[in-house]
Amino acid sequence: MNDRTNLRTPLSRVRHLGSAHAGTGHFWRQRLTSVALIPLTIVFIAIVVALLGRNHAATAQILGSAPVAILMLLFVLTGIYHMWLGMQVIVEDYVHHELVKIVTLMANTFFCAALGIACVFAVLKLSFGV
Amino acid sequence: MASPKAPVARPLSPHLQIYRPTLTMTMSIVHRITGAALYFGTLLLAWWLIAAAAGPNAFATVQGFMDGIVGRLILFGYTWALLHHLLGGVRHLIWDTCYGFGPRERELLTLAGLIGSVGLTVLIWILGYLTLGGAR
Repeated sequence: MNDRTNLRTPLSRVRHLGSAHAGTGHFWRQRLTSVALIPLTIVFIAIVVALLGRNHAATAQILGSAPVAILMLLFVLTGIYHMWLGMQVIVEDYVHHELVKIVTLMANTFFCAALGIACVFAVLKLSFGV
Repeated sequence: MASPKAPVARPLSPHLQIYRPTLTMTMSIVHRITGAALYFGTLLLAWWLIAAAAGPNAFATVQGFMDGIVGRLILFGYTWALLHHLLGGVRHLIWDTCYGFGPRERELLTLAGLIGSVGLTVLIWILGYLTLGGAR
């Protein structure tokens, strides 16, 4: 590792982030969110089944109650972060034209940000009743 | 130093179409397809939440759509995709720990995911229809 032909600095090797300066962060966040989503998905399905057939007033009241709202926010935020990471991998695997790839990756971020903000806004509005 | 020449047609590593399809390979592809489907399926969740926040009229529109045959089919597909991706994710997490790679284990895990996702989807829909029958 110490021969003079290696152009990487000792500091760069200590940080072990590789040439993309990102290391395994993407892989790790994908796994972290997937572990969190195991219980959150089960809770989400249970909430939806419990709400089936209820009218608007009952649905709004249950969705807006503190425990349900907090669980829905956790599910929505973790899920959308997870799918943002996942779609990024799909785009990087299949879109090879550089400009199209960058535009698609941007669109992925915009879509996920807009969807996330919309869901969070809706749950908070139900919860605070304004 | 060798002088630059015209590029040599070097052998490429084989791609998907050269392999015989196997269960693990197919389920790996399905995992990605269900992930992409859920990506767009999240629009339904957002629509439902926004409508609930907007008021009774918007909520009635969503419920009307979900009660129709197209809405029910989309919801059924969403349920299966969600459960299949969930169980597939658990399988990949097990594989991340380097367990379950044996010739029998990997097939059993993959088959369990497929059977589990279909079975759970049907079970949840039976539960759903029982709930609908009671609370309406």
